[in-house]
Amino acid sequence: MSLALYRIDDRLIHGQVVVGWGQPLHITFIVLVDDEVRSSDWEQDLYRMGVPPDMEVIFASVEEAARQMASWQTDPRVGILLVGDVNTAVSLVEHAPQVRTFNVGGVHHRAGRTERLRFVYLTDDEAAKLRQLAARGVEVTAQDVPTAPAIPVGDFT
Amino acid sequence: MSDGSPLRGVIVSHAAVAQALVSAVSVITGIDGALTPVSNEGCGTDALAERLNKAVGSGPAVLFVDLPGGSCLTSSVRYAKQHADIAVVTGVNLAMLLDFVFHRDVAPAEAARRAAEAGGKAIRVTAA
Repeated sequence: MSLALYRIDDRLIHGQVVVGWGQPLHITFIVLVDDEVRSSDWEQDLYRMGVPPDMEVIFASVEEAARQMASWQTDPRVGILLVGDVNTAVSLVEHAPQVRTFNVGGVHHRAGRTERLRFVYLTDDEAAKLRQLAARGVEVTAQDVPTAPAIPVGDFT
Repeated sequence: MSDGSPLRGVIVSHAAVAQALVSAVSVITGIDGALTPVSNEGCGTDALAERLNKAVGSGPAVLFVDLPGGSCLTSSVRYAKQHADIAVVTGVNLAMLLDFVFHRDVAPAEAARRAAEAGGKAIRVTAA
């Protein structure tokens, strides 16, 4: 069934992902694409603590993710791919153009960002990059949990 | 406890769980000021780290986290790695907090071990 969700969420693996999305989608693996976490053993251990023992967590750099994307997309299991910020999402699409959707699930306040939705804060540059992704044919929507409506990129950037 | 400053408990949770636990401990024991609630509501990593920093202050502390995974735990463990005299316990419940507020005259690691034991003992299946 492959990757059912490509998500931007600065909390990476947390309850909304594992339970909120994971349960209804029946996921059995998570791909976490983050160059920093990929190089940190203790952070990987920490993120593994947040998932059930029978769920696989795969840590990948952007380049590794691009190389493995085809196999994940044809994996008979169902999985979720996570990135922590807009820049990583853009980089991933550049390296792996077969990524055709991104869900903006949680980008929180930081200096320079302004509120676009309750769970989405973006700099003007990040907003522009999301619009550019959409212009390239990537379906970009914001949606924190499955029961909420998916908001088109043009409505929050 | 080594330096004589009071050991603080900081509850780190989703939504308003932490605040509710602090209120319950106060109602049951009459002890105020031993526990500080921190919610991850609306927080990214940076904002939650700032809330933790403000709640802990300069003294030793035990961070009581709601779940054994997720943003509350990752932020708490990161904080503990960057600061001395911080211990982290997951699966916070009222029983462990009630025990903790009466046994704060020990190092954070010992208080955390004791709290985890007290919390675990409170989880039972009772007869109907």
